[in-house]
Amino acid sequence: MTEMATREGAADESPAAPSQVSGVRIRRSTRSSRLAIAPALIVLAVLAYLPFLFAQDTTNTMVNFFILLVLGMTWNVLAGYAGLVSVGQQAFLGAGAYSVLWLAQQGMDPLAALPVAAVFCGVVAIPVSWLVFRLRGGYFAIGTWAVAEVFALVTIRSSALGGGTGTNLPGLDGYDPVTLGALTYWAALAIAVLTLLGSYLMLRSRVGLALTAVRDDDHAAEGVGVRPAGAKRVVYLLAAIGAGAAGGVLAISQLNVQADNVYGVQWAAYMIFVVLIGGIGTLEGPIIGTIVFFILQQTLASHGAWYLILVGLVAVVMALWSPRGLWGIAERFGVHLFPVGYRVVHPEESQS
Amino acid sequence: MIWVNAVIQGLLLGGLFALFACGLSLLFGVLGIINLAHGDLAVLGAYVAVALLPSVHTNVLWALLFVPPLFAVFGYVSQRTVMGRSMRSGPLTTLLVTFGLSVVIQNALLEGFSADSHSFTLGALTTRSLHPASDISLSWLRMGILVVAVLVLVVVQLFLSRTGIGRQIRALADDDEAAAITGVNTRHVAAIAAAVAFATVALAGLAFGTYAQFSPTSGSNLLIFAFEAVIIGGLGSLWGTLAGGCVLGLAQTIGAQIDPTFGVLAGHLVFLAVLAVRPNGLMPATVEA
Repeated sequence: MTEMATREGAADESPAAPSQVSGVRIRRSTRSSRLAIAPALIVLAVLAYLPFLFAQDTTNTMVNFFILLVLGMTWNVLAGYAGLVSVGQQAFLGAGAYSVLWLAQQGMDPLAALPVAAVFCGVVAIPVSWLVFRLRGGYFAIGTWAVAEVFALVTIRSSALGGGTGTNLPGLDGYDPVTLGALTYWAALAIAVLTLLGSYLMLRSRVGLALTAVRDDDHAAEGVGVRPAGAKRVVYLLAAIGAGAAGGVLAISQLNVQADNVYGVQWAAYMIFVVLIGGIGTLEGPIIGTIVFFILQQTLASHGAWYLILVGLVAVVMALWSPRGLWGIAERFGVHLFPVGYRVVHPEESQS
Repeated sequence: MIWVNAVIQGLLLGGLFALFACGLSLLFGVLGIINLAHGDLAVLGAYVAVALLPSVHTNVLWALLFVPPLFAVFGYVSQRTVMGRSMRSGPLTTLLVTFGLSVVIQNALLEGFSADSHSFTLGALTTRSLHPASDISLSWLRMGILVVAVLVLVVVQLFLSRTGIGRQIRALADDDEAAAITGVNTRHVAAIAAAVAFATVALAGLAFGTYAQFSPTSGSNLLIFAFEAVIIGGLGSLWGTLAGGCVLGLAQTIGAQIDPTFGVLAGHLVFLAVLAVRPNGLMPATVEA
């Protein structure tokens, strides 16, 4: 939000022509984002090397972490930037899982089916968006939820896909368990990295600029000619692709697809929680949120319902008293790892 | 005759949905709140009855005396505290807070009452019904619920249109700042509206408990049904809500008559069809410019 004031003035400036105003430059990166590049690459390298270091239990846990991260990041872009508070992203999670299952039943390698399933979810999201975009705000939320219910109810009518009780994912017998674990892990990691990069690049693009403008002040944005509908649809399709890919990985890691699990509204609760606790409307937030949520899950999951009660209470408290989440606290100190805004650098500051 | 019966059961079910939708519609119309915990509040109401009066399994009428008033107080207090606070931070916060509450209520009920399902009875009335024709059964209980739903809608409508506080609520719905300038105690009035909405939710929860088995996780579906009734009927119109409830009820019972597993799905599909063809609902209160 600190970028808000500078954004409007800089919006029409292309970074290539910064010197029209004497001595003033437009800078898109920040000191902390430049400093963070090297550590980020190291973290990525370590993460990629993880299957060689740890037993399969660890990588399986990390797959769940990445699934949650992808869901959190896509929901964050939906709700935090496009203002689309969906409680129905599990529709695409489930659709992704069942697409992988169906393709595997047709003889396709489940891992190769992942990108197909993701794209399929994007295609399905087009007609869905026609319907749910007729609803605003909270009605959009419940409308997307109803769509997810429809997806689940339609899916369980197919006995080939296991009906309500679910079925095992075929086509993975050829892999030995360790290789499969590592491949699943890398697939999950790749999807998480692609989602992060994709959101980052999209938010820096014209679409992202339109969305942030609409989010911060929709009347002012429309006044200068921003049309939000197209940008929102793009975000909705991309989020569906992300959730679909996550669902596909979920199916492969569980080796089993069951409608109540993949279409469950608890996924919506997880996404919302991850984003709220980390900080909605920032790219860093969902990462922090996923880490916190994951630690909570690993330590408290044995307490069953108490754990979800705590999760719900923390979400309520965060929404009321710290709407910018944990990352909002960090941003107060000027830390930006993924700067998507534009800032004007005056000549006297530019040495710093 | 089976189909006639399906239509009749659908209309009766519509009464229950309308009762559910009434509170949702009121909260949205007056306060602009989409209460994602709506269905869970109804289930909570039913469980309060289970907890405080073990005898409700034999007769739920006792619960009618104290659960709705209790929820009215609950609604007033929560509007003056959590909900009111969330409204001042914008609609996103309200959505997230009510969703968080929904998760809390569901899991607290799971923890307190286990996942076992319960249902209420009304003594001998539970099973008594009229049989005007061979395949047609008119349960007194279900007709009673429809009558209660219509009564509640009439009373809420009269309350909003005829009483002083009702006028203040409508003023708040139209323009809260202007209402405040003319001396309306907006926080108090908003909380009164929430109290009315919560009382109807509790009533709906008790009615649902006599209709079907309920468990801690029943709330999610109830929220979706209530919401679909509101959208099918048209935003902001209480009579539209009744019509929407009946359309949804009909879709579900006729769908279930075609195939028992198709009922709920048929309801959702009718909702999506209305959304596609007539997004303002069947009986919208206002025509969008």
